[in-house]
Amino acid sequence: MLRIPCPFCGPRDESEFAYGGEAHIARPENSWTLSDGDWADYVFMRTNPKGRHAERWRHSHGCGRWFNALRDTATHEIVATYRIGEPTPTGRR
Amino acid sequence: MQKYSIFSLIRNAIDYHTGWERAWRSPQPQPEYDVVIVGGGGHGLAAAYYLAKEHGITRVAVLERGWIGGGNTGRNTTIIRANYLQDESTALYGHALKLWDGLSQELNYNVMYSRRGVLTLAHTEHELKEFSRRHHANRLNGVALEFLTPAQCQAFCPILNISPASRYPVLGGSLQREAGTARHDAVAWGYARAADARGVDIVQNCEVTGFRIANGRIEGVETSLGYIRARKVACVAAGHSSVLAAMAGLRLPIESHPLQALVSEPVKPVLHTVTMSNAVHVYVSQSDKGELVVGAGIDAFNSYAQRGALRIIEEQAAALVELYPIFSRLRMMRSWAGIVDICPDASPLITKTPVGGLYFNCGWGTGGFKATPGSGHVFAHTIAEDEPHPIAAPFRLDRFASGALIDENLAAAVAH
Repeated sequence: MLRIPCPFCGPRDESEFAYGGEAHIARPENSWTLSDGDWADYVFMRTNPKGRHAERWRHSHGCGRWFNALRDTATHEIVATYRIGEPTPTGRR
Repeated sequence: MQKYSIFSLIRNAIDYHTGWERAWRSPQPQPEYDVVIVGGGGHGLAAAYYLAKEHGITRVAVLERGWIGGGNTGRNTTIIRANYLQDESTALYGHALKLWDGLSQELNYNVMYSRRGVLTLAHTEHELKEFSRRHHANRLNGVALEFLTPAQCQAFCPILNISPASRYPVLGGSLQREAGTARHDAVAWGYARAADARGVDIVQNCEVTGFRIANGRIEGVETSLGYIRARKVACVAAGHSSVLAAMAGLRLPIESHPLQALVSEPVKPVLHTVTMSNAVHVYVSQSDKGELVVGAGIDAFNSYAQRGALRIIEEQAAALVELYPIFSRLRMMRSWAGIVDICPDASPLITKTPVGGLYFNCGWGTGGFKATPGSGHVFAHTIAEDEPHPIAAPFRLDRFASGALIDENLAAAVAH
């Protein structure tokens, strides 16, 4: 069970949160000229790293707000949480 | 290969069982192979076996990072069924179901395939309607499903709670009689032994750390035991497929999640079939040892850690007791997680890649075990001919660009 530090409410149990998948996937701007392969990359392809993963969470049973987390998928360590729009922290402590 | 039979059993009993050979060799890898298969689970071993048997390609190595059957092959709930919705899936899982029949004889290894039936329960009007849609689709594809009323469900499975007073009463059931279970370890061991007997090298404790690719073609694999040249490389690494793909500069539409399961203490035979329920989310069968084998859904977050949250276990235990009040005082012995590779359309990838001679078989998600023989069979064809087997053709990687998805999310008969 994860204990996730919500950037707005502080640390809470995982059961209060909903997972939103990989973060920082920007919708392509030139969508009218985009190839099918590039669309597939945006819509379906995922980095799915073994190690540090920037991902979205929503504190759905708390403040209700979305935020990002940098979490290690091999150890479940949450390196940092940060607000939407902020850059990914380097993860160094 | 030492043939297993009642006579070999008697002969070895006389020698106090000192004469049994190792089931497969433990060779050091050779410097070069025609085909290197990355991943020694059921699917990879089956592919190696069918490459040797059906395509005459025996210079094959199966490289396994851990030990044979230590990944998802040994971590699933052993359920075999073929009641998928889409035509492409029915063909693929139906192909596997045909191969399950007679597999023990073919491999000379008892995989304990048991056609005990799989009963999927409906608890909502929507599920009942979905059942009739799936029954019609399956009937058109020659898959026999029966609809059972709640009373018939209980007649088939007497310990099932069909009380209208329960929180989510049983409204009906969908029964596939030819579905069932098999012993998962035996499937891996049987394929490993049979592939080894045909000359395939099975190399355990050998981790692939990179690929050598030149002019868009695979040349070999870097491993913890050194470089191995290969004309073709086939990756069958389930949850670690994205990691391998990244080594080849490819991206896959896959995310890895933990899928937990648990077993109870062994009890006398009480549940002779497999039951599944999506609304009250649990699936359960009883192993031949007497343990209940219980599974449910994935943990929502990406993970490679082979463990998940306790609340997922709590939820499936609660669901189990809701459906079977008789199990309320049964103790659970152990739980574990496998890392499953989930595709957006809940269908697998059996595919060539933009790299020549590099193939992937992955994305089986929560339901790969049932497909093991069929998956290996069509993948071997894809590798040997460098052209997809007709059954495997729809499961190519470029379906995500063409839009020809095979959506089983709503009809995979189990919620993801």
